[in-house]
Parts: sequence; C-alpha cells; structure tokens
Amino acid sequence: MSQRKPILGASPLRKEGRAKVLGAAQYIDDLSLPGMWFGATVRSSIARGRIRSITFSPEIDWSQFAIVRASDIPGENTIVHLTKDHPCLAADAVNHPEEPILLLAHPDKTALIAAVRGVSIDYDELPGVFTIEESEAAVENNDIERIIWPGSDQGGTANCFKQYLMYSGDARETEDGLAAAFETADYIVEGEYHTGAQEQLYIENNGVIAECNKDAEGNVTDVCVRGSMQCPYYLVHALTLVFNLPEDKCRVIQVETGGAFGGKEDFPSVIGSHAALLAMKCSHPVKITYDRAEDMAATTKRHPSRTRHRTAVSKEGKLLGGSIDVAIDGGAYATLSPVVLSRATIHAPGPYQWPHIRVRAKAMATNIPPHGAFRGFGAPQSLFGLERHMDKIARVIGLTPEEFRRRNFLATGDCTATGQPLVEPVDMQHLLTRALEESGYHEKLARFAEENKHSSIKRGVGFASFMHGTGFTGSGERRLNSLVYLDVLEDGRPQILVSSTEFGQGTNTILSQVAAQTLNLPYDDIVVAQPDTSVVPNSGPTVASRTAMIVGKLVERAALQMLTMLRDDVKLPEDYSPAEFKAAALAYRAKHGSLRSSVRYEPPAKIFWDDDLYRGDAYPGYAWAVYVAEVAVDLNTYMATCTRFDALQEVGMVMHPVLAKGQIEGGVAQGIGYALYEKCMWKDGRMMNNQMTNYIMPTSADLPPIHVHFEEVPSIHGPGGAKGIGELPMDGPAPAILNAIENATGVAFNTIPLLPEDIFERFTSFTTPSHGGSEDIDPLTDIDTEVESPEVNA
Amino acid sequence: MSAISFTVNGNRQTLDVAPMKRLLDVLREDLHLTGAKEGCGEGECGACAVLLDGDLVNSCLVPALQVNGSRLCTIEGVSTEGRLHPIQQCFLERGGAQCGICTPGMILATHHLLDKYPNPTLEQIQEGLAGNLCRCTGYMRIFESVQEAAKAGAV
Repeated sequence: MSQRKPILGASPLRKEGRAKVLGAAQYIDDLSLPGMWFGATVRSSIARGRIRSITFSPEIDWSQFAIVRASDIPGENTIVHLTKDHPCLAADAVNHPEEPILLLAHPDKTALIAAVRGVSIDYDELPGVFTIEESEAAVENNDIERIIWPGSDQGGTANCFKQYLMYSGDARETEDGLAAAFETADYIVEGEYHTGAQEQLYIENNGVIAECNKDAEGNVTDVCVRGSMQCPYYLVHALTLVFNLPEDKCRVIQVETGGAFGGKEDFPSVIGSHAALLAMKCSHPVKITYDRAEDMAATTKRHPSRTRHRTAVSKEGKLLGGSIDVAIDGGAYATLSPVVLSRATIHAPGPYQWPHIRVRAKAMATNIPPHGAFRGFGAPQSLFGLERHMDKIARVIGLTPEEFRRRNFLATGDCTATGQPLVEPVDMQHLLTRALEESGYHEKLARFAEENKHSSIKRGVGFASFMHGTGFTGSGERRLNSLVYLDVLEDGRPQILVSSTEFGQGTNTILSQVAAQTLNLPYDDIVVAQPDTSVVPNSGPTVASRTAMIVGKLVERAALQMLTMLRDDVKLPEDYSPAEFKAAALAYRAKHGSLRSSVRYEPPAKIFWDDDLYRGDAYPGYAWAVYVAEVAVDLNTYMATCTRFDALQEVGMVMHPVLAKGQIEGGVAQGIGYALYEKCMWKDGRMMNNQMTNYIMPTSADLPPIHVHFEEVPSIHGPGGAKGIGELPMDGPAPAILNAIENATGVAFNTIPLLPEDIFERFTSFTTPSHGGSEDIDPLTDIDTEVESPEVNA
Repeated sequence: MSAISFTVNGNRQTLDVAPMKRLLDVLREDLHLTGAKEGCGEGECGACAVLLDGDLVNSCLVPALQVNGSRLCTIEGVSTEGRLHPIQQCFLERGGAQCGICTPGMILATHHLLDKYPNPTLEQIQEGLAGNLCRCTGYMRIFESVQEAAKAGAV
C-alpha cells in the first residue's frame, strides 16, 4: 500500500458544505416537532429596580397560555457560569434592561406578540450605573445606592466581578524594578485607550426547541434541548441546576448553527433553560427563536474596555518598565467576565520584552445586559491599547514604529510577561519584515506622504504586531480534561464523536482531515457524529481557538490508538488498504460488539501555571502575527476607509488553506467593523440601535481586498503541526487601522469605533476657536496621551 | 384570506393565505421551503432573498398578495435533481459558504448578478452582493466563488 496524498494541508470540500449550498441544511428555525408550541420572553423595561407587581391584561384569555415565573423553577434559579449570581428569571429585582422576568408559550406564535404586551410590570426603580467610571465612582465614594453588585462568595467585591494583578516576576522585585525604571527613564509615556461594545451579529439569531418529560406525579424526569450553540455541555450543566436533574437526564443536541463567534457560547444556557421550563409547564415541545431586535437588545456583546498605559523607555528605544491598567465593563452579572478579563490581562503586554511589568485588571459591574464571549475574548481590547501605545512611544522617542518594535520583540528562548519560556521558535523580526514587504508598506509610506500634501484625501499605512494564545488559559485544559471517541460504524466507516461543534469555522472538516490522515483513509470515508450529549463525550467547549490544536490532537491520538487496537487484536497489517482497514475494523466489531477508541487530554510535560500568582505557562501555544492596514481619510466627508489589508500570521502548519484563509478574512472583516463601523448606542443601559438598519456591519461593498499570508512553522502541540487560528484575526485590525489613520492625518485617535462624526468632531475642534481651537495637530499633544520627558518638559 | 396562485421552482401553487402574510413565511410555513432564512426581518441582510420574476427580492418585505401570478425561484430550485448548479459548486469548492445561513440568499444574488453581468468586474460583484450580509467570510471567498462561477459560464 502506498501512503495517500496528504489530506492535511489540502483543501477537501467542507463536510457539510453540500447541504449548505443546496439550502438543505436544517437550522433550528427550520425544524418542527409534533405538537410544538412557541415561546416568548417578557423582559424588564427598566435598568434596575425591584419588581412591585405583575398584572395580566383582562383582554387576553391567559388560560390558553403557559406562563413560567421564577417560582416555577424546580431547581436553582440560576444560569451558572463561573458564579451563580445570574438568575434564570428575575424574581424580585431586575439589574439590566431586557432582563427576563416571565416566559409565555402558546401553540400559535402570532398570539404571543399581543400577550407579551399584555403583561404589565410595575417597579420601584433604583439608580443604575452604566459605565466603568460610574461603577468605579460608586465604590470610591462608597455610594451604597449605586453598589449594584454586592460581591459573591465565589469571588468578586462590590461592583467588581474580578481583579487580577500580574507581575513579570516576584511582586516586590517588580515593583522596585518599576520604580527604578520610572526614575531613570529617558521618557515616560502615558496613554488611555477605549474600545466599544460589539455585537457578534451571527446572521442566524439564537434559537432552541426544548422537550420535557414528567413522571406520574408531574415531576420532571428528563429534558432535551436542541438548538443553535457552540457548547452543548455548557447547556447540560445549566439545565442540571435549573431542573435539579443529573447530567444524563439533560440531553442537548446541537443542530446546524448559523454563525456564533462567541455569541452562542454562554447565551444558549439562558434561552435553552427558558424553553425547557416552558416545555415543562405546557407539556409540549417549545420553540423559542429571537427576532433580530430581541437578539441584539437582550443577548451578549463584546466587553467595552479602557486600557491605561504608563511606560518607561530609554532613549535607545528599549522598554524599561510598564504599568498597564485594564478595565472592562462586564454588564449586570459576572457570566464569563472573569475569564475574558484573564485573556485581556495576559495579552496586554503583547509580543514584547518587558524587564518589569505590572498589569492590573478589573471587570466592573454595570446595569447593562451581561457582556460575554466574542472572538478574541478580551485580547482585542488590551491589544488595541498596546499597539496604539507602541506607535505613540515610537513617535515620542523619534523612532519609526517599525524600529521601536524591533528593539523590543520577544524571540525564541525569551520569557513572556507571565514567565513562560518561548520554547517553540518565534521570529517576530521576520514576520514584520515579510508583512511590510507583502503590503508594500515602505513604498506607500513615502508615496502617501508626498501625495497627501496635495489632496484632501489623506492616505496612510499602519500595522500591529501581536499574538494570541490558543487553548484554555493556564490550567484550563487540564481542568477540562477533554474526552473524544473514535468509533467504527457497522458499514466500516470511522466516526468521530466530539462535543466540538461546527458553526462555519470548519470543525467537521479539519477533524475529518486529521482522522483521514492518521488512519490513512479517504477523507470522504470519515463521518462526524452530530453533537448530541447522549452520544458524544465532553471534548470541551468550542471556544478559545482550541478545536484544531487541542481536540484535533485528541482525534489524532484516538486514530493512532485505533490502529494499535486493530493491529494487536485482528492483525491489521502495518501496510493496509482502505478495504483491509474496513475488513479489520469489522472483524474487531464482530469479535467485541463494537470498536471504540477513547482518548483523554494529557497535559504536555512541564506545563506549569500558578492561578494565584498568575505566573507560568499561560497557553500551550501562541499564534503570532503582523497585520498591515492601508487607509484613506476623506477630509470632505470625514470618512475613514480601509483600502487594503495584509494579514500575515504564523499559526503552525495550515491544515486547510481555503478554510484558513476564510477564517482570517472573516476575522479581519469583523475587526474592520470593530474599528470603523460597529457602534452600540446605549441609553440607560439599553441598546438603542438594535437593528441591522442602524448597527452597521461591513457589506461586500465596504471591505478592501484582504491579503492573507501564512508563515508555516510546525508546532509540537497540534495535529500535523497546527496551532489555533480562530480568534487571532480579531486582534490586529483595529490598532493597525488607527495607526494608519494617525499616519494619514497626523492625528491620534484612541477610541474605537471611530466613525465619521468622531473624526469630524476632532478635526473641527482644531479649527473652531469656540472649541478651544488653540490645539494643534501635533500628535504629541493629542487629547488622550500624556508625555513626560526631559526634552519635552525642558 | 385570499387565494393566490404562482409558480415556485417551476411548480404551480395555489394557496389560501392572509394577503399581507410575508412571502418568507408563505415559503417556509405553507410550502416547507426552508432554504430562505430570516436574518433580520427588515430587508437588511438578504438571507431571505429569492428571485421574483427574475428580480432579486427580500422575501421578508414582500406581501403574499404581491406574488399572485408570479414566477418564483428559491434556493431549492437552483440545483437540478440533486446536481449542484455551477454557482453552488463554486461556492462549495472556493469556501464561499461557512456557517451557511447567508448562502441560499448569496447564491441567488449571484445568480441574479451573473444574469446581468456574465463576466462581472470585482466592483460589480461587490455592488451586486451588497444587499446580502455575511458575517463569516469577509466576502473574499465569496468573490472568488462568483468569479469562478462566471468563468464556468454559470448562467
């Protein structure tokens, strides 16, 4: 037998692609169960207060409806994430607009619209806090009225869900080192950077169908929820608490999912629990699908953030020490904020050598619907601040952004800010060189500077250098303890059983490639089981850029183990054809009744992480990247447009070039939206532009050509040398674009999203005396950055 | 209720429906053609796009009565006996479909575009698909799929 052509690194057809292009793929709203009712949610109309009374309009025949309130919950009234502060249904108090209070179900979904309006809720309103600053002020002033979150025995203090304090070494030594660095530095550069909330805007809204069985006494015996989601076992866990049932009585089935991006990581636990409660109440299957307005107003978004930098630098352009303070707005309940904050903290120092660094981070409570997971998970926020700040420092000390970064890049053998030695090769110098070449950066820098003198359209180029850790943070993978199965079906085809879900990113395809390559079988022979928790094991959540590297490696190990089983037991020859594999697998099945290779995660040797000190090996591996943006800022319309984008990354070996390009391009597009288009407008904690009409994501006409380049360096961690890829492309675009805008206009903008009205305001403030027009366009005096240096102060 | 009659994917249909019922709901609920998706319900995303007498329309904005006597093509009518249309084949091969929820509308928009411009420029493709939002791909693989379909003489 000859070895087949490698399938890893080729681009076989997406496993479920045929059904998708035919329009035959069945998403949750395409499914119906016999006797199914429809569910709807009655939500809080205020941001914060106590529920005084709930009244039902006499004009509606409520006997036709199933009604669920908090008191109907058979188990705990909680949606569990890391803490239990988040109620499934508000019982006495509400803490954010659109908080679920009551659930309604009816056989006719059109009857629900009037019914939701027919429920009136009276409140005793309490003052709300809506920004990080208001939340901090309440704590500082001990303003009891505005302490909106009390702290919990699972962590957190008043108004603050979580804090981290991370040092690049021993705490005292680092503080001493920092003090000395700021004392002796040639320059001290400060800056403050802000990022806004961002809606995931998957095109398929959240939706589920739930069923519930009861015994003769009417007690719930088991529940089943199918729906659009990333993490079936998260929902299982939520249901076990809400229904007080064991895990095996809470079945969850993921169906075809129309985009997720983190927005279907934790939220399905809410809508899934709600539908199951309604199914319990009405004894029918119940479908809840949100419409766009409800989905945008009530579900999670990316955390808004504020990052403050204070950096000591030598005149030679070496970083001497840094203090970084990151704050994120977590919304009304803790949900995933502590882990989002963790990733923000660890990524805040970026791919640089810091002799001394301290990162202080906190997640504050506000009366806004809880913010949650969104591709990048904290890293886009802190990396935006860092990469804008790096350009600032370069300007202050008179080096180019390129040269300044080159003098401080991490390299192979160095330690990251958490003290993790970079054992695998890292070559940021080369990545930067190649990215600048691929994008024509230097030529454009010179040309645009010349052309801009004679044009009201100012063009510029900028870049960002960054990394993204793949897999769960620190000891996370060890705790997940993921399990995968590889079976052989009765027709002899191998079947992968994992809870890792497909939602467009290519899970089915790449895992099949890994199995096909390892088993030396045709790709088309590999089957992927539908993620149904009654069938598939818990291979962990589909998040954190972990599927290819962590779960892929487990599939590889399961395949190798299966070959050993077949060789040992039924004498599969060393060299075999697909027909011989099938014969051996079927012989094994005939002998034992089934063939299953089961593999559990084993942490790589010498991985060490200290959760208390926040020191050690933060991630098994990192993807490294340099992204270059080219922009045009039209000073007639004040519109900034990205006109070309180059994304160069080192993500290990590329498993599937077509899918990988698609992942990067899609992430870059979301990053361009994050920087220039997508603005959540808030009023008293409520999203006001909860429509696609006025929340603007990039269309096909808005995006520039996106050029994707890979530098392939095999990693020891993933199958076939692969690393994670999913979140990385979200991190770089926003700072690269704002760096390019500063290059184009000479003006430093440090807040995203940056819309034309923001640019207008800033530019007109330079020329309109009533706005204090003595400001000049010198970026050193930009409004967000303070600079201290002997030269400047002299 | 009003009786309306039209052809869908070559099949004649006569239905008794509320005249203002959305065409999207008529397709999905009455005819069980679930390929058209609801993404926004306000004509912004194009996930519900279908061809109405050859024009690309958002079926969430079209009242049922308006299709009386019309000829409709949905994603289910693009392939022939399970054989992929060249546009579908190119989307499949080139990575034009990721999560797949925008794909039916995107393929019909491509069909409409290539009807108008058999060899479209990149700008024509960008404009022609601007009414169909895709959150996964960043559109680059979609542009390539459309260009390949044009090369294959898809329409």
